[in-house]
Amino acid sequence: MSGHHTLSVLVENKAGVLARVAQLFSRRGYNIYSLAVAPTDDDRFSRITIVVDVESSPLEQITKQLFKLINVVKISELAPDQAVERELMLLTVTASPDARSQVIELVQVFNGTIVDVGHDQLTVMLAGQPVKLDDFEDLMRAYGIVELQRTGRVALPRLERQAPRLRSVKGKAG
Amino acid sequence: MKLTGAQALIKSLEMEQVEVMFGLPGGAILPVYDPIIDSPIRHILVRHEQGAGHMAEGYAHVTGRPGVAMVTSGPAATNIVTPLCDAYMDSIPMVCITGQVPSTAIGSDAFQECDTTGITMSVTKHNWLITDAQDIPMIVRQAFHIATTGRPGPVLVDIPKDISNTMMDWYWPTDADVAAELPGYKPNTKGHPRMIREAARLILESHRPVIYAGGGILKARAAETLKELVELTGIHVVTTLMARGAFPDRHPLCLGMPGMHGNYSAVTAMQQSDLLIALGSRFDDRVTGKVGAFAPDAKIIHVDIDPAELGKVRRPDVPIVGDCRLVIEELVKVVRDLMASGTEAPDRTAWKSTISGWQERYPLTYEQSLDGDSLKPQFVLEQLRDSTPDDTIVVSGVGQHQMWTSQYWKFDHPYTWVNSGGLGTMGFAVPAAIGAKVGRPDKMVWAVDGDGCFQMTAQELVTASSERIPVKIAILNNAYLGMVRQWQEMFYEERYSEVYLSPDLPDYVKWAEAMGCVGFRVESPEEVLPTIEKANAIDDRPVVIDFRTDSREKVYPMVPAGSSNDDIVVDPSQGEGGR
Ligand SMILES: Cc1ncc(C[n+]2csc(CCOP(=O)(O)OP(=O)(O)O)c2C)c(N)n1
Ligand SMILES: [Mg+2]
Repeated sequence: MSGHHTLSVLVENKAGVLARVAQLFSRRGYNIYSLAVAPTDDDRFSRITIVVDVESSPLEQITKQLFKLINVVKISELAPDQAVERELMLLTVTASPDARSQVIELVQVFNGTIVDVGHDQLTVMLAGQPVKLDDFEDLMRAYGIVELQRTGRVALPRLERQAPRLRSVKGKAG
Repeated sequence: MKLTGAQALIKSLEMEQVEVMFGLPGGAILPVYDPIIDSPIRHILVRHEQGAGHMAEGYAHVTGRPGVAMVTSGPAATNIVTPLCDAYMDSIPMVCITGQVPSTAIGSDAFQECDTTGITMSVTKHNWLITDAQDIPMIVRQAFHIATTGRPGPVLVDIPKDISNTMMDWYWPTDADVAAELPGYKPNTKGHPRMIREAARLILESHRPVIYAGGGILKARAAETLKELVELTGIHVVTTLMARGAFPDRHPLCLGMPGMHGNYSAVTAMQQSDLLIALGSRFDDRVTGKVGAFAPDAKIIHVDIDPAELGKVRRPDVPIVGDCRLVIEELVKVVRDLMASGTEAPDRTAWKSTISGWQERYPLTYEQSLDGDSLKPQFVLEQLRDSTPDDTIVVSGVGQHQMWTSQYWKFDHPYTWVNSGGLGTMGFAVPAAIGAKVGRPDKMVWAVDGDGCFQMTAQELVTASSERIPVKIAILNNAYLGMVRQWQEMFYEERYSEVYLSPDLPDYVKWAEAMGCVGFRVESPEEVLPTIEKANAIDDRPVVIDFRTDSREKVYPMVPAGSSNDDIVVDPSQGEGGR
């Protein structure tokens, strides 16, 4: 995942905004690695979380061009170490009766949830850091992945660890 | 007050002080054409929607006010895509209104339906599909606001037919209402004071500075301020193809046009400078040549209202986001203060004499034609330049004739040069000249067009004749797609592929006459001046002059595509060039 950067883009919740963003990326030759869109707590705005490939084009140009879109209100650049990033995956894996307990064990180790059970398949839901999803995916490959769907990551900036220092309040009188 | 959507739309245009619009009606826009009958806005009926778009551009170029075009849905909307893209590339404020099929039919492949907002998304600054008649005044106000502020550009408003017919309650939004509706749009116009101080410091340290003035100077109405800066600092100026006229060509510090067909001294001064002061210019590939080899020793001060231009091509040492006029005004103050407090620029005598050496050695030049040969295009341009008023508005198409016009004209006034720079749209000249004349009826407007270009949009002369818009067109008829011919001659071993047009087909004089214009043909040098004078005297209809020019003539100097600007090729009569 080196060379990738997450942009959290606050946009107006209007028709066609996603098309404008996606179209800008294709027109300017920027690569999108993943993209997730959802409304925010304020229904006038949505948040688009875009993971971009910054090796093909400089992040600064991408954000400046994005910001020129009239419907883009705010852009936060989230370097991996400054962000809380999560992703969700649904994965159907072959689990014949003799392998099933091993699979279930791995699901538990990763804090996943089995959401559907078939004759010789299981569907697992796993949410977490994208790297953790990568690891789980690798492990499941040995059993036979039937289908896999990831949401693309969502992210928010990390919070300040230290309480802001209180400034001494000078007396108003005088 | 209750209005139909169509009435609200026209009333909104009136509120925006639109005086004129260019357009052509059709099914989906029909309701909007009805209130036009009762509106004071002048509507000019074009013969092709591309013409409407370029007319709006020409109008905007010379007036600084947004040009307005109105067309119907489907094929009309697609016909206006080229002018929208042209305006987008050259940052021309333009408001385009398109009809759309009824909202209930959208998505059904209805007759003359096309995804206009989708198609034009990448060639407009912003666009809107109206979904509620009540939104019309607000959207029109936003449209004009966005088109004309920040980096100007075209916008498009698509209005479905049923919305035009729906009743709404009239209102007119305030500035505050508009701002509240645009939370993501806040162009920054004031430059950062620390950066401006840094720029002033670099300017006063530089030994070989050059001002690289671009179209942004004209957009910001900063020509006067630029002159102040130049006279204060004594720095030479190049004016890009989009900035011709932003600084007077006759000023001793003007080096003329840089770039692929720029003056030797403009190109080379930039190459060898130690400080480029880029003002509203964008390091276009036609200016830089091979980017890696462009002005290798120069530090860069880059002023632009569009933050995305700073660092897009070349990383500036001093980036300044802001309106060119406001930033230059501040810069002038800071430089003046520094000078008053004793800071002196280094002695630049050597640099100045190097530049004047280049100017003497490599002026623009061409060989005069021999008796009985066809005309030299440069000769025609010199004659035209010298027998028209100083503030004549000159419009051009795209090709050799465009480069020669930019080279040989003397632009001493801003807003007298109208051309298609970024997109290079053949067919721009005739409609843009019409739009320019509509915007500035007090000025003489000459279009210099190529024979190839003329054939793309000439029918708009019918519009000009019927609307009594007396533009003048000089066709430099070299019987070729000359610019392409030049590349085939120089870079494809004279293998001419599909570039011959014929001088006589069409017969331009008869064609002009058929369109209600006066037509002349000029074949010999002695006829040039008298014919121009005859054309200048005609003020009640358009004039077309078919100048038969030498098809073998090439545009020099030339930096071959992809080459370094150091490898500029000068006119063969000036030898090898080089330094
Ligand atoms: C719409 C369009 N099509 C093609 C081109 C490519 N092109 C650039 S210059 C040129 C030749 C123009 O011919 P003409 O108008 O006769 O001008 P000249 O170069 O001969 O002066 C062509 C075909 C273009 N710029 N625009
Ligand atoms: Mg030609």
